Amino acid sequence: MRFLLNLSFRYKVPLWGSLLIVATATIISTTLLLRSYEELKSDLLRDATSQGRTMATTLFPAILHDQVWRAYEIIKAPLGRESGDSPGQAESFVVLDRRGKVYVSTDPESLPMLADFRHLSPEFAALSEAIARQDQETRVLEPDGSDHLFVATPIREEHALLGTLVQIYSKKALQSRFQKSAGQAALIAVLVIVLLLPIGWYWGQRTAVPLVRLTERMEELGRRLPDDLAPELYDYQDELGRLYHAYNRTLQQLREKAQIEGRMIHSERLAAIGRLTAGIAHEVNNPLVGMLTALNTLRHHGELNPRTLKTLTLLERGLMQIKDTVGALLVEAKVKSRDLSPQDAEDVRTLIEPQAREQCVGLRWDSQLTAPLSLPSSSVRQVLINLLLNAVHASGPGGEVAVSITTVTTVASANAGTTLSMVVVNGGQILTDLQTAHLFEPFADAGERGHGLGLWVCYQIVRQLGGNIAVESELRDGLGRTSFTVTLPVGAPQ
Amino acid sequence: MTVTRRMFIGACAVLAMAPPRPGFSAKTLRVGMTPAFLHTQHGLLAEWRGYMEAKLDRPVEIVQRDSYRETIDLLRLEQLDFSWVCSYPYVYLRKQVRLVAVPLYRMEPYYRAYLIVSAKYPHIQSLSQLRGKIFAYADPYSATGYLVPRYQLRKMGEDPAIFFARTFFTYSHHKLIEAVADGLAHGGSVDSYVWDSLDALKPEITRRTLLVSQSPEFGFPPFVARRRVAEEDFAAVQQMLVMMRYDQRGRELLQRLNLNGFILGHSKLYDKVAEMMRAFGED
Repeated sequence: MRFLLNLSFRYKVPLWGSLLIVATATIISTTLLLRSYEELKSDLLRDATSQGRTMATTLFPAILHDQVWRAYEIIKAPLGRESGDSPGQAESFVVLDRRGKVYVSTDPESLPMLADFRHLSPEFAALSEAIARQDQETRVLEPDGSDHLFVATPIREEHALLGTLVQIYSKKALQSRFQKSAGQAALIAVLVIVLLLPIGWYWGQRTAVPLVRLTERMEELGRRLPDDLAPELYDYQDELGRLYHAYNRTLQQLREKAQIEGRMIHSERLAAIGRLTAGIAHEVNNPLVGMLTALNTLRHHGELNPRTLKTLTLLERGLMQIKDTVGALLVEAKVKSRDLSPQDAEDVRTLIEPQAREQCVGLRWDSQLTAPLSLPSSSVRQVLINLLLNAVHASGPGGEVAVSITTVTTVASANAGTTLSMVVVNGGQILTDLQTAHLFEPFADAGERGHGLGLWVCYQIVRQLGGNIAVESELRDGLGRTSFTVTLPVGAPQ
Repeated sequence: MTVTRRMFIGACAVLAMAPPRPGFSAKTLRVGMTPAFLHTQHGLLAEWRGYMEAKLDRPVEIVQRDSYRETIDLLRLEQLDFSWVCSYPYVYLRKQVRLVAVPLYRMEPYYRAYLIVSAKYPHIQSLSQLRGKIFAYADPYSATGYLVPRYQLRKMGEDPAIFFARTFFTYSHHKLIEAVADGLAHGGSVDSYVWDSLDALKPEITRRTLLVSQSPEFGFPPFVARRRVAEEDFAAVQQMLVMMRYDQRGRELLQRLNLNGFILGHSKLYDKVAEMMRAFGED
């Protein structure tokens, strides 16, 4: 039982439905059958009783005049009329005289004339007693365990009793008729079940499958964020449909939350890296400046042989390389600088165009800057140059790089003000998820070209200016499209 | 056979003497029929009646009664002009009726009594084995169906009144055969002519009976006329019956009656029946 209750709804719902259909069909058929059996029997007995009375009336004069043959003809007549195992057909008739002996019967072999009815069989003995006890009216006698029904009618006129007519009916004929109708009823019930079962099974599946899917996804929820449920799986507004909607809504919220968390972790990590690198850079930078100054002093004030001089130059070049790297890590966006003017954008364009031509990359330029903006021009230029150089490299020969610089002014919302937006798009290979995840970290892409600090620098500058930098990389119509979007609030505190 | 031939010659003489038939008389001839033959063949009877009317040129009414007694009474009361009766009633009424003609059955004016038993009791092979059994009689005025078995019992030194456990009358040889076939009676005595005819028509009934023995021959149930019937009617009917086998339609009817024809006959044919009746003090 437990096993049945633990079954999946996929089987349980159709199974219970089928069970109900079968049970209903069985109960209804059985009830109707039992009823029809009772009706069949009562019809038979009613007919038998009236036939018995009629026959007894005509038998009276025949027995009175001792016309055995006449009596035989009377009781034999009904037997010839119907044929087959009609339940309304008596199996045999027997006329008993007043002393309970067979006067005549339709079955002379087993019920011979003059035989004592009581001695023919124990069944008949019981029957004789019942007949002897009361002989006023037609009676139906149904001895226990007998497969026959008996209808006994006294043959009498006024107070003259001549004998008793006994009609013997076989219950077998009744039962075989009953079996026939039972067979028919069973057939109809089976047909109904055959018709209804697939419908029940289909509806069970319609209800169970969405539930099963929902359950599967809910179980996944702890481990990972599952997929959405296809709404066409259950497109109705009942409880299950509403559960679907609620599930999808919850999933959407969970997904958004996860995204926000991911972004937070990412920016926190970047911030931590930034602090770490800045700290290291400062610590390295201070002794480095001392060492370079010492070297310089040594070079100008000392009598140095050529070998020492050569060594000094070697040391100085190495230290300068360290200084460059450390300097690159020490991003200082908020240096005093003049405001960003439209000319700055044009300057960057002029700087990049030769590079682009060299690489055979097309440059689509769209700058809508018309007035100076309160942003440090050198920092913004550095960001733009870095992004453009990356884009030209990523595009490769024959590619195209599109630049769009706009200002957006919002008035209504809480963060009202002007925003500078710079979008750089290239059509090169798209970024992998792994690349995207570590894009803005230092030395993330080192090796191929440059020191891998370009994007990290851009990120640091943009964050320091209170802005945002985002990347989108996707395949669109078979072509890669990677865009970097930088938004900077104008007039941010300098 | 010699008797037959003699009678045939007699018949021819009657024919030669026969006066021309009178014109159509308004008076209807009443002809009685008894269960001496398969009297339930109503279609055959209707045709025979039509044949009689055509030959006699006058209306004929067939009067059927289920028991011999009723026919005997009708003849006594002169309610019937002619009648086909069993040999016993003929002897019984010998002084009150005139013998018209005797049927020829298997070319002889004789028939017998068959002792039959039900095929359900094949172990019974003689009359003596029917002691204490149930026996069916045809009619109290039947020679073959009542008189013969009782006479045989009497000769065996038995009392017919107590020999059988139970007897009953079926009032027809045909029904007697059915009673024995159904096993209602263990045995019965039946008219050989009826049994043979039924055997040809409905062998499924006779097959259920077994022929145990047959009696000596007796004069076949005759056609008789009431004592005071008009002479010309008597002659006309006698001629019509005797001449039946000489015309096509008559032969067809006779064939269906399972008879060969009618002859004039003689009351001596029935002496054996009379003797049996005397044995019971009934003549």
